[in-house]
Amino acid sequence: MAADRKNKVGAALVVGGGIAGMQASLDLAESGFYVYLVEKSPSIGGTMARLDKTFPTNDCAMCILSPKLVECGRHLNIESLTNAEVLDIEGTEGQFKVKIRQNPRYIDLSKCTGCGDCEKACPVRVKNQYEYGLGERKAVFRPFPQAYPNAFSIEKKDRALCTVSCPAGVHAQGYVALIRDGKFKEAVRLVKRNNPLPAICGRVCHHPCEASCKRGLIDDPIAICHLKRFIADYEYERGVCVDPEPKPSRGVKVAVVGSGPAGLTCAYDLALEGFDVTVFEALPVAGGMLTVGIPPYRLPKDVIRAEIGAIERLGVEIRCNTALGRDVSLSDLKAQGYRAVFIAVGAHREQRLGIEGEDAAGVLSGVDFLREMNLQKPVKVGESVLVIGGGNVAIDAARSALRLGAKKVTILYRRSRAEMPANEHEVEEAQREGIEIQFLTAPHRVIAENGVARGLECVRMRLGKPDASGRRRPEPIPGSLFTVAGDTIISAIGQVPDLSFADEAPEITDRGRWLKADPDTLETSVPGVFAGGDAVTGPATVVEAVAAGKRAAESILRYLEGRDLREDRVFDKPHMVVGDVPKERAREARKKWPTLPLSERLSGFAEVELPYTAEQAVAEASRCLDCGVCSECLECEAACRANAVMHDDEPVIREIEVGAVVLCPGFEAFDPSPLTQYGYGKYKNVVTSLEFERILSASGPYEGHVVRPSDHRTPKRIAFVQCIGSRDVKEAESYCSSVCCMYAIKEAVIAKEHVSGDLDITIFFMDMRAYGKDFEKYYNRAREEHGVRFVRAKVYGVEEDRSNQNLRVRFTHEDGHMDTEEFDMVVLSVGMRPKADTVELAKRVGLHLDEHNYVLSSGVAAVATSTPGIFVSGAFAGPKDIPETVMEASAAAAAVGSVLAPERFTRVSAKQYPKERDVRNKRPRIGVFVCHCGINIGGVVRVPEIVEYARTLPYVVYAEENLYTCSQDTQDKIKALIEEHDLNRIVVASCSPRTHEPLFQQTIREAGLNPYLFEMANIRDQCSWVHMHEPAAATRKAKDLVAMAVAKAARLEPLKRHKVPVIQKAMVIGGGPAGMTAALGFADQGYPVYLVEREDSLGGNLKKLAKSLEGTDYKKLLSELVDRVSNNELVTVYTGAEIEAIDGFVGNFKTTLSVRGEKVSFEHGAVVVATGGKEYEPTEYLYGTDDRVMTQTQLEQRLAKGALPGRRVVMIQCVGSREPERPYCSRVCCGQAVKNALDILAADPSAEVTVLYRDMRTYGLKEDYYRAAREAGVTFIRYDDQAKPVVQALDGRLTVRVHDAVSGCDAEMDADCVVLGAAIVPHDDSKAVAQLLKVPVNDDRFFLEAHVKLRPVDFATDGVFVAGLAHAPKTVSESISQAMAAVGRAVTVISKESIEAGGIVASVIENRCTGCGACEQLCVFSAIRVNPDKKVAEVESAVCKGCGSCAANCRCGAIVLRGFTEEQILAEVAALPW
Amino acid sequence: MVNKEANWEPRIVAFLCHWCSYAGADLAGISRFQYPPNVRVIRVPCSGSINPIFILKALQRGADGVLVSGCHPGDCHYLAGNLLARRRFLLLKNLLEYMGIEPGRVQFSWVSAAEGQKFAQVIKEVTETVKELGPSVKLVKGGTARGRA
Repeated sequence: MAADRKNKVGAALVVGGGIAGMQASLDLAESGFYVYLVEKSPSIGGTMARLDKTFPTNDCAMCILSPKLVECGRHLNIESLTNAEVLDIEGTEGQFKVKIRQNPRYIDLSKCTGCGDCEKACPVRVKNQYEYGLGERKAVFRPFPQAYPNAFSIEKKDRALCTVSCPAGVHAQGYVALIRDGKFKEAVRLVKRNNPLPAICGRVCHHPCEASCKRGLIDDPIAICHLKRFIADYEYERGVCVDPEPKPSRGVKVAVVGSGPAGLTCAYDLALEGFDVTVFEALPVAGGMLTVGIPPYRLPKDVIRAEIGAIERLGVEIRCNTALGRDVSLSDLKAQGYRAVFIAVGAHREQRLGIEGEDAAGVLSGVDFLREMNLQKPVKVGESVLVIGGGNVAIDAARSALRLGAKKVTILYRRSRAEMPANEHEVEEAQREGIEIQFLTAPHRVIAENGVARGLECVRMRLGKPDASGRRRPEPIPGSLFTVAGDTIISAIGQVPDLSFADEAPEITDRGRWLKADPDTLETSVPGVFAGGDAVTGPATVVEAVAAGKRAAESILRYLEGRDLREDRVFDKPHMVVGDVPKERAREARKKWPTLPLSERLSGFAEVELPYTAEQAVAEASRCLDCGVCSECLECEAACRANAVMHDDEPVIREIEVGAVVLCPGFEAFDPSPLTQYGYGKYKNVVTSLEFERILSASGPYEGHVVRPSDHRTPKRIAFVQCIGSRDVKEAESYCSSVCCMYAIKEAVIAKEHVSGDLDITIFFMDMRAYGKDFEKYYNRAREEHGVRFVRAKVYGVEEDRSNQNLRVRFTHEDGHMDTEEFDMVVLSVGMRPKADTVELAKRVGLHLDEHNYVLSSGVAAVATSTPGIFVSGAFAGPKDIPETVMEASAAAAAVGSVLAPERFTRVSAKQYPKERDVRNKRPRIGVFVCHCGINIGGVVRVPEIVEYARTLPYVVYAEENLYTCSQDTQDKIKALIEEHDLNRIVVASCSPRTHEPLFQQTIREAGLNPYLFEMANIRDQCSWVHMHEPAAATRKAKDLVAMAVAKAARLEPLKRHKVPVIQKAMVIGGGPAGMTAALGFADQGYPVYLVEREDSLGGNLKKLAKSLEGTDYKKLLSELVDRVSNNELVTVYTGAEIEAIDGFVGNFKTTLSVRGEKVSFEHGAVVVATGGKEYEPTEYLYGTDDRVMTQTQLEQRLAKGALPGRRVVMIQCVGSREPERPYCSRVCCGQAVKNALDILAADPSAEVTVLYRDMRTYGLKEDYYRAAREAGVTFIRYDDQAKPVVQALDGRLTVRVHDAVSGCDAEMDADCVVLGAAIVPHDDSKAVAQLLKVPVNDDRFFLEAHVKLRPVDFATDGVFVAGLAHAPKTVSESISQAMAAVGRAVTVISKESIEAGGIVASVIENRCTGCGACEQLCVFSAIRVNPDKKVAEVESAVCKGCGSCAANCRCGAIVLRGFTEEQILAEVAALPW
Repeated sequence: MVNKEANWEPRIVAFLCHWCSYAGADLAGISRFQYPPNVRVIRVPCSGSINPIFILKALQRGADGVLVSGCHPGDCHYLAGNLLARRRFLLLKNLLEYMGIEPGRVQFSWVSAAEGQKFAQVIKEVTETVKELGPSVKLVKGGTARGRA
């Protein structure tokens, strides 16, 4: 035992941050266990955060959820791990090891203030998943405004292929996205982070980005390269592009040899790093091949000069006419103090043709020809020019020759067009200009006359086997020699570097032909000397040279800083994860850019390609598919003043230890697209119920206006189609999803409210399953008051009328006749399914799942799984609604508590604060902190003016402005300033107290101030954000708000929270299954419990039942429960006991019983009411007058004894339920009928069982049994409540007459017995118990919980909880789950030695109080009572919730609400300068 | 009587309950819904805690209008405080009308935490209504004689 104890871990893992996960976490943390709450998405909140209203109370989902979000998120002992997934769970109960992957958020949670500046800057819009794809959001997003953590996150799918394929790593998707947003300057700036030559590359890059662009799979790739050229030109022309700011000079010299793209890039990067860079250039002009290799019609000289100029402005010196080897040597450079050298001399020497006659006059080398021409030296060409080669140099030479006056230019290329290395576009343009290309032609000999070339003798080639380059090797065709005339022959077959300088260090060359450098780091064998570009790789492209320059710069930086050249450096391309091409994108060809007309081209060297207009560029950029989602445009990084963006964030694997696990991953909605008959995905106005939920929401995509997606018109007729994906054996799930009937009614009612009157709604359904507490009334109201039309029918098709996008719904009525109606909109009520990823996890962990992949429960309560120590709650254990989910979450917390009870309080921590300084009777000294919130406030409100103004306000002794008042450093500063200026009241003017007050309160507490000496002015949400265009008015208003906050602050008083001891015992009223389970639950967690039962024996209704529909043996369960209760020394059982009095309040109750005439009293800290209910005793259908008429429970008892009541059995449902005097569904009777029917048929297959029903309410997984009963031959006949069956006994013959509502026929049948599905009613004394405890009951005398949705087992009175039939009709299993839930909740009270009371509560000024008692009647929490002796009201501060109703209502002004006193509020009013 | 100067802007005090309407105001902020800058917000725990004296004092101090906004029926964090507020408010309104304060000057609304747009709309409407009514002079000492610049 001792060993066991030692090994258990007092922490729990909760998987899933929906409402179940939040509730389980809160209950566990409040019971003394540390909680890891793992949520896959960026925020906790789950599905509920996306709902509009909740049934049956029409509460706003967000209103009731968001306080829980904050409570859960801020809890000291709940560690919320968002963006995280559980990979594996190993170990056994008490000690599990859990592996968690924390996915990158790309935003530092500790720094993000949630201000939203990043979102504004982000150019990428994607479908908003939170809105189920109805709206759009940015790539950096917060799922919903109330999200916790209140921080943004970036959705990133690795990088887009365009970005990855760029050798220089330019964020291609990023600048395309920025262009789409019209942010041209930002786009150039982004390109320049990786490439200093955007205008150059925008013209001459071979753009591998476009080759890999996924848009090319739909139509044409995005014109990425030309877009780059557009932005570069656009910005250069306007001169608005700001040069980047280099780091301060390091005083370290670096030499770069060669001013081509490699050298320039390296110089640029190193200059930005603060190095003093000198570039040595052999030629008289800078730019290398850019300047002397590429003709100006492709790359104008002023473009090159502009980009080199920008590099020079960073301090880079370019020394022209200085050749390495000729004017300076490597050793000179070293001697001159250059600490590193990058050699990028390029390849400027043409390879020789190696044929006869190549030295003849008129034979030119391509590079020499282009260089001379580009240096504007006199270059002459003849009339007929032959160019040999197929690369860009050949094309450039040919097109240049044309411009220099040649009449005919012919290119001879030895392979075919497919192998041609020149840019395809260039080849096309050359041909358009009239240049002829002879393919498969190689020169054999230069024909010369007198040493002057006259033509070429050529040979025809054919393609042989592929060579090392993968291209097919050309082979001469024997005997195919022919001649081509030409007076100028330009050879352009490839270039090599001039390495004459390397004589002093031959080791840096590869046999004197190429420079030799490490392909990754570009280091040569000489330390400090690096080499790259064409001189190393052979002739390559500009962008590859840029990439080499970057790589060299990084190596040199590391080398000079003495760091490893390889560590943490990625040389290979990262792995790509990019999804499919979106199907829905319409085809849209790439935008053509203009070119110079042919007629104007050949007269000179004017640029041929012309830029896009701004409109064309934006349109072209808009074709981008946003493959990577986040484009890494880095605008968010620039926008974030808090430096919270981390684009290089990586996933982290974390291992934690826990003692128990609660799985509450929730569900996924059924995707109706495969059911093509309903047209979802095809017709815009067919939406799912969840989408409709967002359409209804005031914060949804249409701001709560009910409009249809196709044309945003308000619909006049909406159809709901039920059971989409549910009760469908053929195409979806066989079970009932439990919630759809109710949410459909709710959505219908809310939609009608939104559209006010003019909206018709039809719900097509099979059975209306309004089986929960108060659901039936809701259904009735929808029908009778709201006029929602309910049609029992099966919808089999939906078709769109193309003319108006209306939808024709085709359906079959119950009686089989077909019908068609037209609607404006169709809502598909989709069912629930377990989430695929959690099913996988469950399987990995070894949990047993049922055939639908729901977790199989191992016990009577739904929360236990097949693995001890792992529990489940919510929709992963079967489809269910929110209250049941919340209930199961608390039940799971109780189950965990039973396992880990000995380890309670071992892992949790309590915050320690310094002793509070006494501020009583001290003059207020107020400190005011005004927040800029980056630019969120400061961009509109004139913050310095506010600070100045604050200084003039009474009692203000200190005021300052902060960039972010909520940042960690400001918190430290505030603490220091409290000390320094002896501040005793703090006012923060920033955002909302709803989100930030607790943070600041904690800060001032850490500085020794009472947390209530704090006040906030919300100058962001109420000023800068809502008056963005009125800075003066916003500033004036902000001043007023600050004045009001200061006035209130001056009157704030320290509020004490005092400790009230808790009696760590519980009382359970009622000894049925719920009561016994609750008692054992307390005992299992180590708490003594008193179990009070009015009858003489324990067991309650369980004594009357045999087994559950699912097969649980209730007899066995009963004896086990009674045994365990009787033998547990922590449980004190009082049977035959009546309660005489219950006094006290949470933590401190005192109860007096009368046990068989004897008085017993005891104290306890919590109460669970489980007083149960009973079967209604029918007065209908001859019950009580004919022995052959019995209730379902009586039948069950007979069947358990093996006594069949006869062969012909007729069951009548809804006896006493769903009637005017009992307008509720009793929930269990349908299941019980199915159970008994199946039992009868199992015992006597020849029996005839007929069930007369109104709606079969076999909700959830019970549906499978209903189907089994139908298949087994049970006859189900629906009757209408207007035409009830008639039971008659004549001459010993028992007959039942029924009007079949489906066929419309009357039927009469003989019965050996008639079985009544009788209602469940509360116990007669429920009202008396309610009065003793001062808790409410509803109209049906069932106990009324504190909140139908989120507090299903709590009462408004703290410390009192409810479970079982006392709450509402339910099955034994549901009662037991609820009993565990009540324990889970109650332990949050009695696990504590004391509870805190006070703070913002009411208090009574005794001498003003007349004891009138008005407050007592008013207080729904029973927190205030008139003391009968003193005749004054007294507040029980442990019970008071601080609503202030009593204070506002007190006619003597004797009650004040601390923290919101009349004086304080009137001071706020008085502070207004009106 | 009504002094409708072109530049005159009404001054309005709004008492908002912490849980719903104040949250609705926050959502209006987060969503950047623009509304007129005439309203000064005072946060209270529950609309049920608003003492009629707060409203009277605000009018007396020179407010031209007062808005009280709480949770929708059924949404109250304190179960029924909003209904109490509503009841009390109707009584006060009778009194104010008796005193000659125009009904539009003091208004009551329900705004939930999800209704940022509605909050902005309510403020727009209240501001317009009060602007229409002109400066309030009734409760200000020597009010009828007091002119407004």
